[in-house]
This record gives sequence, structure tokens and C-alpha cells, in this order.
Amino acid sequence: MQTPQRIRVFPRLRISGQWNLYAGLAVVGMMLFLSLLAPWISPYDPVQNALSVALKAPSAAHWLGTDNFGRDIFTRVIYAARLDLQIGLIAAAVPMVIGVALGALAGYFGGWLDVIVMRIVDVTVSIPFLVLILSLMAILSQRVGSGLSSMYIAVFLAGWTAYARIIRAEVLVQKQQEYVLACKVLGYGHARIIFRHILRNAITPAIVFAMSDIVMCILLASSLSFLGLGVKPPTPEWGAMAAEGRNFMLQAWWITTMPGLAIGVTGLGFSLIGDGLADRIDQGD
Amino acid sequence: MDYTSYLGKRLAQLVPVLLGLTVVVFLMIHSIPGNTADALLGDKGTPENVARLTQQLGLDRPLPVQYLYFVKNLVSGDLGQSYRYGQPVQALLAARLGPTLFLTLYAVGLSVLISLPLSILAAVRQNRWPDLAVRTLSLGGFVMPSYWVALMLMLLFSIKLRILPLSGYGRSIPDHFRYLLLPAFTIAVAQAPVLIRPLRAKILATLRADFVMTAWAKGVPASRVMLAHVLRNSLISTITILGVNIGWMLGGAVIVETVFSVPGLGSLLIEAITKRDYPVVQGLTLCMAAMVMCMNLITDLVYTVLDPRVDYGK
Repeated sequence: MQTPQRIRVFPRLRISGQWNLYAGLAVVGMMLFLSLLAPWISPYDPVQNALSVALKAPSAAHWLGTDNFGRDIFTRVIYAARLDLQIGLIAAAVPMVIGVALGALAGYFGGWLDVIVMRIVDVTVSIPFLVLILSLMAILSQRVGSGLSSMYIAVFLAGWTAYARIIRAEVLVQKQQEYVLACKVLGYGHARIIFRHILRNAITPAIVFAMSDIVMCILLASSLSFLGLGVKPPTPEWGAMAAEGRNFMLQAWWITTMPGLAIGVTGLGFSLIGDGLADRIDQGD
Repeated sequence: MDYTSYLGKRLAQLVPVLLGLTVVVFLMIHSIPGNTADALLGDKGTPENVARLTQQLGLDRPLPVQYLYFVKNLVSGDLGQSYRYGQPVQALLAARLGPTLFLTLYAVGLSVLISLPLSILAAVRQNRWPDLAVRTLSLGGFVMPSYWVALMLMLLFSIKLRILPLSGYGRSIPDHFRYLLLPAFTIAVAQAPVLIRPLRAKILATLRADFVMTAWAKGVPASRVMLAHVLRNSLISTITILGVNIGWMLGGAVIVETVFSVPGLGSLLIEAITKRDYPVVQGLTLCMAAMVMCMNLITDLVYTVLDPRVDYGK
């Protein structure tokens, strides 16, 4: 007789066929490591000007070169990772919590709640996401000031709809299952059925989507900063750095190129994690 | 259910979304602190003038009445007056619509031209190196920021090789094709991965379908099997995916137009936001949402024509 196993929320990871998941975790882990230990890894200051070494090409002293103010690009890239990773995670996590809750309630209860939530989703989806964020930010900037805070609020207001759609569709399927009937027969409350039983079976597609959502949020934040509407220089941020290098493309291509590559590497990491998780679901875990 | 009543039903579904959209946009602009009449008049804003314009625009009325005014103006094509350009918003939009439409359609064309052959290649050589190469490339296209791709293309083709114009829109149609090649390609690079992934899966499924088996068994030449059977079916899904993603492409146009200084709706949006020209922001939001809805409608209709298996009743 086997002893009954402890029920796991996340089943044990299997190495075989999961290379993309582990490669993704390694890449994201490396970015986190570099950004958190930035002051110990780099001897340079990310903001202080050093005009004597301005526009230097990549070398042993400056791995990714220096910008027009003589600041070390590698240092700025890893300091920027702190901000960009933070934005990516927060801007994906908060809408995820809102969207999962609203989607689950809408799918489970149906009726007027479902109608209201889905109408809001329909309207939000009809406006191109970037345009919606930009116009929300334009209005919010009058109240909460421009830049990061208005971007966060705009993303919280608009971003949840994608999660609500995904979760609602899953919940509609799950609530027909026998285990839900069993829960009802046992006299469980609605909250317990939704959040402890149905969601546990419905959450995975939302988690997979969240991985690409993190990438899209980082792209969004850096695009806004590139357009001059997000993080302002001299704060190190990948999009803002790329914008600063625009005027020096011919003499110093590395100023613009390197932050873009940093975004690419980070995005690659999260995408690989997402692919790995999706593969696991396909295998029927 | 026949085609006309399907069309009617599909149009009726748009009504609540359109209403919701106008409410959202109306409330968004209404929540801005400050007086519209004040902003419109600028230097000429004496108290009497402001009071007169406030009354003229109906800004002293209750909110629901103002909303009705807003919808009434909207129906007659009046989107209000720009704060900064001294022109009606609809005139500004009309002047900028052309380049954006051109750019978006160009980008749609390019992304189909990129994605279709690549997804067929990936599907036919599944799990071998062409497949892996295509998947890696499309992952790259998805994670790279479009402003960065735009700048890199600019650096290579316009600054180093000097074979394409640096920025702008040009005057004639052949000029537009040349000026917008890099901008459209930038959008296509971001869009192709979104197409390739489902297309590859769809082609893989089609290759295993019974009718393809039958075609092979009949001895139909390979090129004809691919073109007449596999490609026709995948084209249908391409159209659906493109319809769903038109909003993303318009978002991409905002960034790309700004980088390449294309005088389109996207660069106007960024200008309007920087100058706090709220009526223009409002008009642009409505206009772009309308474009998305139209494209969704068109793709739905084209889809039902191309695929006779679609059940209108659904």
C-alpha cells in the first residue's frame, strides 16, 4: 500500500521535455540577480555624468560602452532592470488578480453581473490597447501627475479584461463538472466553491497568459518612456535609454542597441517560461 | 438563416458596444479638471466670453443632457474643436487618416507575405531545423520593442546603406510604398509571430485532415495539394487572426509613426497628448475604436463568404 500523497497546488516539475521552462527561469533569474546586485557588480554610478569617457565603444572597462554623458551602459542596463522587471510584474499581477476575480464571479453567477462585466470587456477590447492606455494616461496625468503612477493606474483599469475573458470561459466549463455539484451537495458556500475548487482548475491558462502579459507590460512601459510619456531621464529605464541614444545612432549605435537587447533577453526568458508551462498543460498534468 | 439577416444580427450586436464606447469616452474627457470653454478661448478668455461659450456648448447642463448633446454631435460628424490647432477635430482626423490606413494595410500585406511561407515551411518540416528557426525568429519578433526594431532598420537601411528614406510619407503612391516600407515592415515583424504560431498549428492539423489524405491518394501533385487545399484553409484562419489583431497593429502604428515621422493618426495622438489637446485625444480614441470594429465586422463577413461551413445561426 502506498501512503496517500500530499495534494500539491503545483505538481512536481519534471525535467524531461521541460528545457524551455528551465531555460526561461534561468534567464529571468539571471536578470533578477544582476539587477538586485547591481551596486556590487558594477563599479560605476548609473546616473552620475563622466563626460571625459563619453561615447566610448564597448571595451573591457565598459562592457557595453558609454553614452553621451559618459555613463556606463551596462551599469544603466542592470539598474534599469530593477525598474522594468518591477513594472512588468506589478502591471501584470494586479490586473490578473482583478480580472481573475471578476471573470470567475461573472462566469459562476452569470446574470446581470456577467452582462455588466462582459460589456465592459467588449468596449475595452474595441479600443486598441496602446491607444486606450495613452488616452487614460492623458486624463490621469491631470490628477495623479504624469509618468509611472498614471501608467500603473491606466494599466490596472484596462489590463484586467484579458484575464476576465480567459477565466470566465474556463469557469463556464468547470461549473458543469461533477465535483462542483458534489461541493454544492456538501453545502459549501459559493466563495469556497469558486475560490478553492473551481479556480484551482481554471487558473492555469491565466498563468500562461500572464507570462506573455509581463513581456507586453515591459514593452508597453518602455515604449511609453521612449515616447517621453513614462519614466523620465536620467532615471535608468530601457525605453528612455533607447530614446536618449537616438541622436547618436551614427557615432554610438550601442546606446540605443543595448537596452533593446536587454528587453529582448528578458522577454525571451518570460516567453520560454510561458511556453514551458503551456507544454505542461498540453501533456495533461 | 440567410446572409442578410446574419448581417443584420451582426450589426445589431455592435450597438451596445458603440453606446458603451461613447459613454466611456464621454466620461473620460468629462473627468478632466478645468473648463473646456476656458481652454478653447485661451487668451481671449474674458469671464463674459467664457460664460457665453459655456452656454453655447451646453456645458452648464446636467451630465446626461451633455451626453445626449455629445452623441447628437457625433452622429452629425462633429467631434468638437481642437484646443491647439484651431480646427474642428474631424478635419484633423480626416487629414491624418490616409497615411495610417495605408500603413496598416501595407503592414497587413507584409505580415501575411512573411507569415504564410514561414508557417508552411515550419509545418512541413515540423520539429526539424527550419521549424526551430522559424519558431526562434518569431519569438524574437514578439519580444523586441517595435521602436527599437524601427531604429535598427532605420540605422541599417536609411543611414548606413542609404537605400530607403529616413522618415516621412512622400507625395505619390509609389512614394508612399517606398517611404512606408520600413514602418510597415516594423509592424509586420511584431505581427508575424502572432500569425505564425496559430497558422503553423492550423497547417499541421490540415495536413492530417481526411480531404488532404484523399488528395494525396488521388495522386494530386504536391504543389496543388499545398495551394488548393492546405493554403486555402489556412488563409481563412489568417483573416480571422488578422481581424482580432487589428487593434494591436494600430497600437504599433502609434509608435512606428512617431519614430518615422509619418503624418498619421498615431503621431497625431502623441502630439495631442503632449499638448493636452483633449478633444483630439477623444476623437482619435473613438476613431481608432471605430476602425477596429469595422475591421472585425469585415473579417467576420469575409470569413462567412470564404468558409461555407460557417453556420450563420450561431
